[in-house]
Amino acid sequence: MSGEILKVKNLNVVLDGEEIIKDLTFEVKERETLIILGPNGAGKTTLLRTLIGLNPYSGEITWYTKSISYLPPQELFQRKGLPPLSIGEFFGFKKVTSENVLTIFSAVGLDPSLLQRRFGAVSTGQFQRMLIAWALVDQPKVLLFDEPTSGIDIGGQETIYSLLHRFWQEWNLTILLVTHDLNIVWEQANNVLCLNRENLCYGKPREVITPKTLEKIYGTGIKFYEHKHN
Amino acid sequence: MEFIFALIIGLFLGGTAGYLGTLMLSQRMALVAGPLGHLTLPGIALALIFHFDVSLGAFPFVIFGIFFIWLFEMNTKLPMEALTAIVFATGVAITFLFLPEEKTVPALIGDISQINFPATLISVVLSLFVFFATKKIYSPMILAGISEDLAKTQSINLKRYHFLYLLCIALIVALGVRIVGGLMTAALVAIPACTAKNVSMNLIQYSYGGFLFGSLSCILGMVVFKLTDLPIGPLIVIASTSFFLISLLFKR
Repeated sequence: MSGEILKVKNLNVVLDGEEIIKDLTFEVKERETLIILGPNGAGKTTLLRTLIGLNPYSGEITWYTKSISYLPPQELFQRKGLPPLSIGEFFGFKKVTSENVLTIFSAVGLDPSLLQRRFGAVSTGQFQRMLIAWALVDQPKVLLFDEPTSGIDIGGQETIYSLLHRFWQEWNLTILLVTHDLNIVWEQANNVLCLNRENLCYGKPREVITPKTLEKIYGTGIKFYEHKHN
Repeated sequence: MEFIFALIIGLFLGGTAGYLGTLMLSQRMALVAGPLGHLTLPGIALALIFHFDVSLGAFPFVIFGIFFIWLFEMNTKLPMEALTAIVFATGVAITFLFLPEEKTVPALIGDISQINFPATLISVVLSLFVFFATKKIYSPMILAGISEDLAKTQSINLKRYHFLYLLCIALIVALGVRIVGGLMTAALVAIPACTAKNVSMNLIQYSYGGFLFGSLSCILGMVVFKLTDLPIGPLIVIASTSFFLISLLFKR
């Protein structure tokens, strides 16, 4: 792990008169995977949108790179009632070369013939891999990803997380991930930020995620079992 | 000569309206052109009474209409289609308060008998402006239709593009009332776009298909008008609908 890539200090976000994020401070280092945990309505999506300048805020957000890509949750993508847009044309919106598109398609395990298919006419799993390809086609340094596996079956979830892990390893990618999946926190996070409008815990998962913290985050007793090998 | 002028207008204006229509259809706004067309009726009425260009009369009214829809949308949070209905009904009501009965038909269904060179030139230049403006905003607005956040992360200034988009709609409606009247402007944008959607596999085919079907509908309608002397507006709309019905056989 090397230098800082993001520094957030005393961040407050108020939307329509409602305080969504209160006095949040954290930082992200290069090649770090930060997972943001929290119940629905905790301000996770608001935090990601604020970090890329889509929401007004007070406090400090300092990025040490401009090479940032963001993927909203899949449910927020309009897939029905669109014009007959091909997936290839969707990638054309980013003004990248077709060689780059083919490379990233191969990296995410998608067949190039999919480029001719209509935008909405692919399975949920393929769609999510296609979105990852879109986010990474111009080789960003940072990926902000909101609920990458929502609506995807368990097999598909595995694929998405291993893909992200591979890009993290091979492309030196810094990842900020919003998820509800605690397993992934143990497996992939360097740091975890527990959010429920304010900072409830922040640090290395094994140090900060405890039954007591989980109860604080989700408001109910959650037990976890850590399987240890000899 | 008037007929040649009309054909030139049909080619450029019909094509551009169809092209813009494909974008409007993708934004679920294809029907907005209808109420906006109705809204131009007071302007057309004034133009017919005081003998000036109908598009010139229509333009300020459609701009007023768009401004009020935008203002009501900001302040009431009511859906755009509801606000459009309010504004369009008001436009029609005002028109029939003072439009002389003999002027009603040309105002409602179009008239190409008074087309001259300056009107043709203005229509062609403005159609070209709308075409190139639409081309500029096309991809960003389609992307915004898929995900507004994704578009914003590509540094797309959606407010500016939206303004340009509304201006293009206003211009096409104001120009379109000349050939199809205030009653049927939606047909100029909506039907060619639907036809293009039926036969297209990708965005290029779809957008330029809208242009092609828009142009063909206007030209075919005008040719039939020349041969039969039936009203021009309905003929263009029927030609457009015929292409739409044929496209259903080739739906992809």
